[in-house]
Amino acid sequence: MSSPESSPYRETHAEKHGKARATEWPLWEIFIRGQHGLSHRHVGSLHAADAEMAIKNARDVYTRRNEGVSIWAIPAEAIAASSPEDKGPMYDPANDKVYRHPTFFDIPDEVGAM
Amino acid sequence: MSDPLFEYLCRMGDNTLVLGHRVSEWCGVAPVLEEDIALANTALDLIGQTQLWLGLAAEVEDAGRDADALAFRRDVWDFRNLLLVEQPNGDFGRTMMRQFLFDAWHLPYLTALMDSKDARIAAIAEKSAKEVTYHLERSTDTVIGLGDGTEESHNRMQAALDRLWPYVGEMFVGDAVDSSLQERGLAPDPASLRPGYDELVGDVFTAATLKRPEDDFAHKGGKTGARHSEHLGHMLTQMQWLQRAYPDATW
Repeated sequence: MSSPESSPYRETHAEKHGKARATEWPLWEIFIRGQHGLSHRHVGSLHAADAEMAIKNARDVYTRRNEGVSIWAIPAEAIAASSPEDKGPMYDPANDKVYRHPTFFDIPDEVGAM
Repeated sequence: MSDPLFEYLCRMGDNTLVLGHRVSEWCGVAPVLEEDIALANTALDLIGQTQLWLGLAAEVEDAGRDADALAFRRDVWDFRNLLLVEQPNGDFGRTMMRQFLFDAWHLPYLTALMDSKDARIAAIAEKSAKEVTYHLERSTDTVIGLGDGTEESHNRMQAALDRLWPYVGEMFVGDAVDSSLQERGLAPDPASLRPGYDELVGDVFTAATLKRPEDDFAHKGGKTGARHSEHLGHMLTQMQWLQRAYPDATW
């Protein structure tokens, strides 16, 4: 039921979200906390009419193989995303600033592996 | 009559087998991807439960058959499932109504079986009940969502309810097999579950703005094997053809 031509994310420079078809459920982004993981991780997205249904659908679509112990469902339109076109100014400046990595410290032997 | 316990276990296993196969017919053609996967999960749960029930039935029978032989080598007159579960899928709404009417009986029934004096029956019931709790939650939500939805979905759900209601009564009719198990403390009296069922489905129909049919006429003959509807035979030709055409084929 997804519309391939559209971007569901608000405030991005990607293609404007086309008007949802009358039969289309809203898109939800699904985050799952694994058996041993500490934080919820993004696993994918799905369509559902409301939050409760999104959780149930996520249970069926993403936890069939015992992947998770907790599910978050977030309306895709509530996510603000950075724009791909801003990639240069956003991330390039970090490339040549090696001193931001903590690799120039002498670690005393007794500290061991870090 | 054959051993009542064997007969009884076939009933439990045939219910989940036939409904599981029916639900699996949606695989790949459900209205939306999410429902497709959810239905496939439900079907797999039911087939898993079938392996346990028919596995135990074969063990009790002790005639060299296993669960697969019971599922794929018996013909339609040997099946002991309720008439409700063999009814064709119809549209998505009718499938979910059938699921709800079954789940609303299945869960309380399994819960009662958890007190069975036969530890093997109690164990299968306990494992199944966890899965069926979710089935019931999901089918309840769908029946309410579609019943209290658009005019189109409401009309379809009411039509589904009117069509399937005559198959509800059979779930609560006991016979000699039921009495035999009841006397030994192995299974509950089917009729004892009716008041709770009526209350549960009544609440859901109210929330779904659906009207419960007034006539409680009940088709019978599925669980006793006396008279199945025409649909079961057609379904078995699909379900059993591989083992019929290539006996003992494995993969």
